[in-house]
Amino acid sequence: MTEEESPQVEEATREPDDMEQQFPGVLTLDERKGYGGYLVPPDKLVEFATQLRDELGYDYLSSVTGVDYLPEEKMEVVYHAYRTQGGPAFVFKAQVPRGDPVVPSLVGVWLGADFQEREAWDLLGIRFTGHPNLRRILMWEGFEGHPLRKDWREAYYEEDAKPFENRFPEGGVYRIEDKISFGKNVKYPSEFSPEGWIPEGDEGLYAGVGQISTDGNGGTLKTDQLVVNLGPQHPSTHGVFRMVVTLDGETVIDLQPVMGYLHRNHEQIGERNTYIMNMPYTDRLDYISSMSNNFGYALTVEKLMGIKPPERTEYIRVIMAELTRIVNHLWSIGFLLNDLGAFQTPALYAINERELVLDVFEAVSGSRMMCNYFRFGGLARDLPPGTLQTIRELIFERLPRRIDELDLYLTDNEIVRARCIGVGVLPPEKAVAFSAAGPVLRASGVPYDVRRADPYGIYDRFDFEVAVRYGGDVYDRYLVRLQEIRESIRIVQQAVEDIPEGEIQTGKALYQVRVPAGEAYGRVENPKGELGFYVVSNGKPNPWRYHIRAPSFINLTALAEMCKGHKVADIVAILGSIDIILGEVDR
Amino acid sequence: MSEELSNNENPVPESLQGQIAITSLDKIYNWSRRSSVWPMTFGLACCAIEMISTAASRYDMARFGMEVFRASPRQADLMIVSGTVTKKMIPIIVRLYNQMPEPKYVLAMGACASGGGPFKEGYNVVSGVDKFVPVDVYAPGCPPTPQALLHSLIRLQEKIDGQSVLEVPWYRREPIEEIPQPVLGPDLVDPRDIPDFAEKLKAQEERLAAEPE
Amino acid sequence: MYGVGIVKGLGVTLKHFIATYVDDLRWLGHRYYNPEAFAVRQSPKARGIFTVQYPEEKLTLPEEFRYIPFLIYDELEDGTRQDRCVSCGICAKVCPPQCIWIVRLDDPETGRPIPDPADFFIDVDICMNCGLCSEYCPFEAIRMDHDYEISTYDRFAENIYDKEKLDRPASYYASIRPRNYAFDEATIVEKKAKKAASEAARKQRAAEKSQRTNE
Ligand code: SF4
Ligand code: SF4
Ligand code: SF4
Repeated sequence: MTEEESPQVEEATREPDDMEQQFPGVLTLDERKGYGGYLVPPDKLVEFATQLRDELGYDYLSSVTGVDYLPEEKMEVVYHAYRTQGGPAFVFKAQVPRGDPVVPSLVGVWLGADFQEREAWDLLGIRFTGHPNLRRILMWEGFEGHPLRKDWREAYYEEDAKPFENRFPEGGVYRIEDKISFGKNVKYPSEFSPEGWIPEGDEGLYAGVGQISTDGNGGTLKTDQLVVNLGPQHPSTHGVFRMVVTLDGETVIDLQPVMGYLHRNHEQIGERNTYIMNMPYTDRLDYISSMSNNFGYALTVEKLMGIKPPERTEYIRVIMAELTRIVNHLWSIGFLLNDLGAFQTPALYAINERELVLDVFEAVSGSRMMCNYFRFGGLARDLPPGTLQTIRELIFERLPRRIDELDLYLTDNEIVRARCIGVGVLPPEKAVAFSAAGPVLRASGVPYDVRRADPYGIYDRFDFEVAVRYGGDVYDRYLVRLQEIRESIRIVQQAVEDIPEGEIQTGKALYQVRVPAGEAYGRVENPKGELGFYVVSNGKPNPWRYHIRAPSFINLTALAEMCKGHKVADIVAILGSIDIILGEVDR
Repeated sequence: MSEELSNNENPVPESLQGQIAITSLDKIYNWSRRSSVWPMTFGLACCAIEMISTAASRYDMARFGMEVFRASPRQADLMIVSGTVTKKMIPIIVRLYNQMPEPKYVLAMGACASGGGPFKEGYNVVSGVDKFVPVDVYAPGCPPTPQALLHSLIRLQEKIDGQSVLEVPWYRREPIEEIPQPVLGPDLVDPRDIPDFAEKLKAQEERLAAEPE
Repeated sequence: MYGVGIVKGLGVTLKHFIATYVDDLRWLGHRYYNPEAFAVRQSPKARGIFTVQYPEEKLTLPEEFRYIPFLIYDELEDGTRQDRCVSCGICAKVCPPQCIWIVRLDDPETGRPIPDPADFFIDVDICMNCGLCSEYCPFEAIRMDHDYEISTYDRFAENIYDKEKLDRPASYYASIRPRNYAFDEATIVEKKAKKAASEAARKQRAAEKSQRTNE
């Protein structure tokens, strides 16, 4: 299986290429079969990254992640950087010994590395020296071990890889918790004893509380700083998200997002699954836009396998992905208004339209939300008869009318304008530095859209505009979303007209696909921003590494910056305008 | 199967049989309770989206008197655990449950809340919220569609119909005990496990040792 | 002028408010529990608000709708059940959260496996309704059910479905998924024909071979 040529292999010629000559002694080509990019020695990393950003124009750091190469006793940190003008990725990697994985932090170069490095520390135990706040991010402080390491085993560990042996032919059904002495999904280190042990608290989050300050209120009044916890059970945090807000009066001085309350170990489960098994799991990432998640994952694995889906499939994929965008933006606009205090009515109008699109999804894929519709090189099934007609009705008649209505309803509303304009401003250079993506980035005046900048699927065939606004505030994010719904409707209109008849699957649909060894990073423009999948295969039926660059997670890096100086009530609006979904933030 | 379960006889104690007053009182009492079950605004994961859709105009929970989503547990009767329960979240869920006044009900919505769901094997996932709080109705499905959720809410109403003033625990003299709140340690620590912790830890070690590499 | 935006918004709300009543008037006298009205009012042609009066009326489920899987058996003429499942185990292997357990027994005399599964379990507290089992079953034996009214009071007693609970007749399958059923039937007929053909070819080859050895 490893003998098979994967598409990236040809690029790896042995002549020292331009980049290598330009940075002698710093860059070496990654020569492993199926891999691309360059290796950088850890001690030269910061210097090189700064040059890459300033001299070569790779100003946008898309993804940082670690890989545990247990057999080679190595840890690898993989970086994907892009130019906001468009074009392919520049991939570079730093390798460190597994026993003591220490890499310099790149937060100083790209602010967007902040949360991603914390995640790599949390899950893989890679230490980033120079990181300002290297604490656990998804698990809690004090948790035992780094769960994504290949030799770490959870309480319900059965086998290294699925399918598990004992399901067939002996059967013998059991609930796994019955086999654990505690009866729960828990595992403790052997010397642990709950007596005399003190749990770690939240002190780290509350640092700097209780100071007396005179700024922020005109300098006349002495005020105590106050810490307010918003969430995790709060009606306006869009799920189980928590913010520790330090206030001076009503003004936000500092804000710390705390997440992980919905950390469902997506990546670890994904590394145990076979490739096809991960498809339904991707639905549960950003559960409002499951079709787009499917798209991203299918693209990535197709890249690894070197196959292409047939024409009809490409069209159906685009139709589904764009319908998803409409649904998602409708939802997010509705709930932004909810957060602003227009309780329920706008959200209900948006949900009404969403229901109609969900009916289409249900007819096509069988489920309203968890579509699980894409397959490698194809789709689960063709469109059932009559669906195209329903889509036409929706896309040519109902939705354009309703979007205009929504526009009329909200855009000029004085209260909306008063609450949104000038709130949560993110200037363009900051947006790029924070690796913000999607509507957040485009509302800050950076016209970066993966569908244009690095087209995938058949997006290069459609005529649409990249929605962009220049204010960078909550209002502009709302307008960008509204505009994107309109553009999506346009794309679907074109696709519905041009869709050809024909096959929907390349080759045979197999439950055990053969994926040659190598790595691939696939990305799509999800409604929330750039969704990336980094998959490493070693030729076995299960991926060796399965990482997700989750747009809402990385967009949150900029939250504190956006909130500072605003009032408490604005935090909710700003959070609503980022449009996070906890399934994706915490994975 | 649903018929036999929904046919809950009103259990009237022996001594009271024939006393119509109690049964009529029960009827009125239960009718008023079942028609105003106020859920807590409490969304955990994907299932919460379906819960919101159920509350929206197409399915309209208001038809059952359940549209009043309360943000505060103090005002809520029903906790719809809508989504994956994680170890990091369970202490908060238990605290919220303790804060709810009696009579209170818990509905485990979706496979995750019922028994762990697709993420059951994960290291941060609690396999079913009933490991910590008592659950009244389970609604399997991933996610349960709005109609399935409505069905489970109807089942809950049926359950309420079957309760009797004389038997419900919240009118008894003895206080209802709070559920001890779990703590986050090297892993989730449930205070109820602590009495024989050492024993269980030993059993765990043995199991791990017995496991083939 | 300040306030115009708000007034415009109020106008939209008013329009929505009225549209529902106008639509109700259009179906005056038969606005509830009327399949014809229901079909229109639950489609993109709907105006105003369109509430489903569950449980009295239910949305028509599309054919592909999936919830919990079920196993199909054919009813033979003599009244016995013939399982379609041959315990090949593919569904248990492909199931992403691994919630299918199959017991396959060996024939005590011949030592060969018995095709009919001795038991078949699905833990519906784990099942993610993904439909992969039904998609990759090579014998058209497991399919996704439409029944979503399965909430229970006690999961420990009821939520691991065994074969008894999963079994459904083929006629039930035909009633909920007519198009898929027709397709499956065609596949089965085709497979049978293929099998018969290959069987015949094998026999012929064997006959030829024995003839040759005889010569
Ligand atoms: S049961 Fe399914 S839909 Fe519900 S929270 Fe769990 S994974 Fe999400
Ligand atoms: S794949 Fe089909 S035939 Fe094979 S065991 Fe599963 S249900 Fe039975
Ligand atoms: S629907 Fe999916 S999760 Fe459920 S039994 Fe089938 S394969 Fe497993």
